[in-house]
This record gives sequence, structure tokens and C-alpha cells, in this order.
Amino acid sequence: MERLLRYINLNLMGMTLTEKILARHAGLDRVEAGQIINANVDLVLANELSAAVAIGVMRGIKGASKVFDREKIALVEDHFVPAKDAQSAKLAKLMKDFAAEQKITHFFDVGRGGIEHVVLPQEGLVAPGEVIVGGDSHTCTYGALGAFATGMGSTDIAAAFVLGEVWLKVPASIKIIYSGTLGHMVYAKDLMLRTVGELGIDGATYRAIEYHGSTIDEMSITGRFTMANMAIEAGAKNGIFHADDKAIAFVKERTDRPFVVEKADADAVYERVIAIDVANLEPQVACPHTPDNVHSISDVTRDDVVVDQVFIGSCTNGYIDDLRIVAKILEGKKIASNVRVIVNPGSQQVWMQAAQEGVLTTLAAAGCAVNTPGCGACFGGHMGTLGDGERAISTTNRNYVGRMGSPKSEVYLASPATCAASALTGKITDPRVLELAGV
Amino acid sequence: MLHGKAHKYGKNVDTDVIIPGKYCNIIDPAELGKHALEGLDPNYTTKMKSGDIIVADTNFGCGSSREVAPIAIKGSGTSAVIAKSFARIFYRNALNIGLPIFESAEAVDGIDDGDEIEVFPESGVIRNITKGTEYKSAEFPPFMRELIDAGGLVPYVERRLAAKV
Ligand code: SF4
Repeated sequence: MERLLRYINLNLMGMTLTEKILARHAGLDRVEAGQIINANVDLVLANELSAAVAIGVMRGIKGASKVFDREKIALVEDHFVPAKDAQSAKLAKLMKDFAAEQKITHFFDVGRGGIEHVVLPQEGLVAPGEVIVGGDSHTCTYGALGAFATGMGSTDIAAAFVLGEVWLKVPASIKIIYSGTLGHMVYAKDLMLRTVGELGIDGATYRAIEYHGSTIDEMSITGRFTMANMAIEAGAKNGIFHADDKAIAFVKERTDRPFVVEKADADAVYERVIAIDVANLEPQVACPHTPDNVHSISDVTRDDVVVDQVFIGSCTNGYIDDLRIVAKILEGKKIASNVRVIVNPGSQQVWMQAAQEGVLTTLAAAGCAVNTPGCGACFGGHMGTLGDGERAISTTNRNYVGRMGSPKSEVYLASPATCAASALTGKITDPRVLELAGV
Repeated sequence: MLHGKAHKYGKNVDTDVIIPGKYCNIIDPAELGKHALEGLDPNYTTKMKSGDIIVADTNFGCGSSREVAPIAIKGSGTSAVIAKSFARIFYRNALNIGLPIFESAEAVDGIDDGDEIEVFPESGVIRNITKGTEYKSAEFPPFMRELIDAGGLVPYVERRLAAKV
């Protein structure tokens, strides 16, 4: 009897947003945390680094000569573009040839794409309720639009290329409820850094983060990309938002493909519920060498933290809104003489819009070096690699030892506003204090 | 049976130190192996011998999804990684490419740098020969056991493909 009751109970228990999406893609009425399922995927993503390995693996799979659906694969050249050396060119070519051979519809070469996670939503390749896997850990970005999206390695991606499905362990969900209005010069990035600081870099390992609350309702889609993007920095499998009218409008402007908007049940089971009040949140900074070493800016600026490089870009903060914030702060001014500022717009479209609005000219006039859209310095690949003893403040998502170059360099993570303010003074600076000082 | 000397490291050994970004355009496992752990311990590949074992604290392999991270470790001749816990993507990747990994907090606490270690992958038994102690690693869930027994993800996919036709 007791067992029967428990059985009924389990079956009546509601599902989280992640569970709802996964159940539908596994062809099941319900799934629960911990269950291993085979889920159909709506899109499989790879960049030239993960694709190179995945293509090699796929060639070795007996009976696999073709991808499962040439329209459901996205291949983006972004990590070492334009090719930094012959070896990088070889990988880029490998992916390009594969795209031609398999007649892949969504292949983005340099000049036509940008950073994968900026490009896919922009091109209408991400919709609510979809399951997307990518050969890149920041694939979780697409959760901003209400999709289940997660990063995997190349062998998993090769399997998804040919099968159109992946095996997944259904993650338990952590619900985070944000309340209050973000203060002046405090952004989604600050909120997410605070969140990673609270959870710790393994605080959400194997879990889904479900973002809720009035702060989120008011947040722009770009801000939600920034937040979903860094779910992996807390170790999460995915980060996910409910697709509201704003998200649905964003998607409908870009695709007429039908999609299903899922909603978590009112009685869904969460492993943890965390409430975060943002009202008094200051700009946040993640200090070396982990993304959870997060401090309020007033603690960091107590001492002078002089920087050699400021980097603006990445799939976390390479959007037009981010560049506008930086341009507004730098307008008519010059960056400090001790610092170099490197800007990589997130995509070709962002680059063009920034050019049309005069944002790029403002940045260049202030002394910034503006690069081709792509990952650039974010992972220490090229175009702004740090040397021994150098220190950077960056709008990116990771600051592990050697992330941007030399293992003897240091990276601080912050919002575009904090990075721009720091560019003007040459040391880590609170954008609010700078504004008050009228610098 | 895997056998070698333990090289002990701390918490949160991330993929940026396992194989720094600048090497991520290399595909050859042996070449990648020359740079294994370079960002954490530049001497690792010179001081280790084939068969040696990496022992680390919690959240090993956090950070990016780069499959070249476990490939570099395997390519260096390292026979296994024992950690208190692994980051999610690294765990999947290691199983998929056949780098043996074992989770055991007790074993990690009971092993010092330089100890001589034996691991029996079938049973998950970890033996510290230097100290004469023995530990058992966490069992893999049945589905993953199946994957491992099939020889990794590729043979599994081949089976699924055959079933689909
Ligand atoms: S911008 Fe940085 S974090 Fe984003 S995909 Fe590129 S390397 Fe990865």
C-alpha cells in the first residue's frame, strides 16, 4: 500500500522546465532527475576545434557515412579565426570540407558568422522547448530562450551527428529566484558573477539552473544570454529561463519554424531553491584564478589593481548592448596610457550594427583595437594573448590559470561597464565612482 | 590492472591548465600528450613515467568541453585519474575516449604524492602499495557500465545505427 502511494505520488509530482523538455524529446510522459534517457536533438553545434575531432570520430564509426539531418547541424568557425597559423587553417578547412561534403545548411565561415553562441540565436536556430547539444561548454547560452542546451565533447557530438539523439542523465534542478531592480551601472553580468560566487564552481555540477523572479522578467534577452552562458561556470549541465513574450518575439523575428513553449509545473520538484535580492548589489568582480572568487567592486578597488589589458567581447558579453555601454563610457575620451583595450564584437551582425551606430568609431577613437568577430583573446588562443606577469580585466567568463595566455598572467572578470571604466583609469575601477568624478 | 606512481594535485584542476587553449588546434594524441597538465605543473610530462596515475581532489576537469583534455592526459601515457569528483563534461569525455577514471574520496586522502598505486578497473579496487591500504571506487551507473563494456561510445553508436536500419 505504502509503495503504491509512493508510486502515485511520484507520478503526480510536477516536472521542472528541463524535465518537461527532456520528457518530450525522449518520447516519455514524464522523466525524473537521475533517469538516463535517449533524447532527440533539434540542433547539433560544433566549432572548428570540436568539429575537427568529431569528424575524425565519425569517420571511424562503421555504417555512418551521413549526418542525420543536414539542416539540423550548425558549424561555426570562431576559435582561431581568421586562421592564426597553418595548423588552425587545417582544422578550419577540415570543417569547411565536411560541411560541403554533407551539404550542411548552417555553416558559418569567418566574415559570415562570429562566435557560435552569438550567431545561433541571432540566426533563428534556437527556439523555446528545443534540445540543443554543442561541442562547446557554453552551449548552455541558449537556455536564455527556453531551450534545453548543453555542452559535450567531440565523441558525443559525433554520435549526435549520426544518430540525431544523445544519452542524457536528467539533471535535478536548482531554482533561483531573483527579486528587486538592478542598480545604476549594475548589469546581468554582475548578477551572474554573484550567482557563481554563491554557488561555487562545482555548486551546480550535474544540475540544471532554472532562473526565476521579477528581476529576470524585467531583464533584456541579451542579459539573459549572459546569465545562461555562465551556468557552466557553476558546473551546471544547463541554465534555463521560461520563454516569455520578450523571448518569443525575439525568436519569431528570426524564424517561422514552429516550436513548443514549455512551462515548469507549479508543483515541480527542485533540489534547492535560492532567493537572491539584487537591490543592493554592487558591480561584481571575479578575481584570479576561479570564476567563483567573486567580490564587490568596492572591496577590489580598496587597493590599486593596475591592468595591462582590457578585453571586451566573448559569448558572455559580445552583444551590441555591451558595446553600446562601453562606447557610452569611452565617448570623447582616451583610454589610459598603461593599458591596451581589445574589442571583439560577438558576430558579424553585431559588428555591422556597431559600425552603423558609430560605436566602433567611438571605440577606435578612444584607443581601442577592434578585431574581427570571434573568440579572440577569450581563451588565450590569439589576438591578445597575455604575457608573463600581465594582468587583464575582461568581460569573458573564465579566469583559470593561463586562460588568456601565460600561466603567470592574471584575469579579472567583470561587466562591460566596469571594464570600460577600468580602461579609462588603467586600474580596476567602479563605473559609478568614475561617473561621479566626471572623468 | 593499472600500475604506476601517484602524482597528486588539488581541487578544481581545470581544462585550461590540463591543456592550455593555444594547443587546442592540435589533434594528435601523442603531440597533445607532451603538453598534458602544462598550465598546472610544467614538469609533469618530464617527471612522469608511462602508467603513472594522476590523483586529485574535487571537480577534476572543470571548465571547457575540450575533449583534447582527457586525450592529452591519455596521450602522455598516464594510465588513470583518481579524484574525489569530476566535472560533468570531463567525466563523459573520459568515458567516451577510454581514459580510465575513478571516484574515491578515501583513496585520494590516503594517497600521497609519489606513492605506488595499483588499480583494478573491473572491480574498481585501488591499492596503495607504498602504504599497504586498499580502497573501492564509486560504481558506474548501469548504463555507463554498458558503455564502458561496449568499449566506449563509438561501438555503442554502431549498435544503435544497425538497429535503426
Ligand atoms: S567566446 Fe570564449 S567562452 Fe565563448 S565560445 Fe569563444 S572561447 Fe568559448
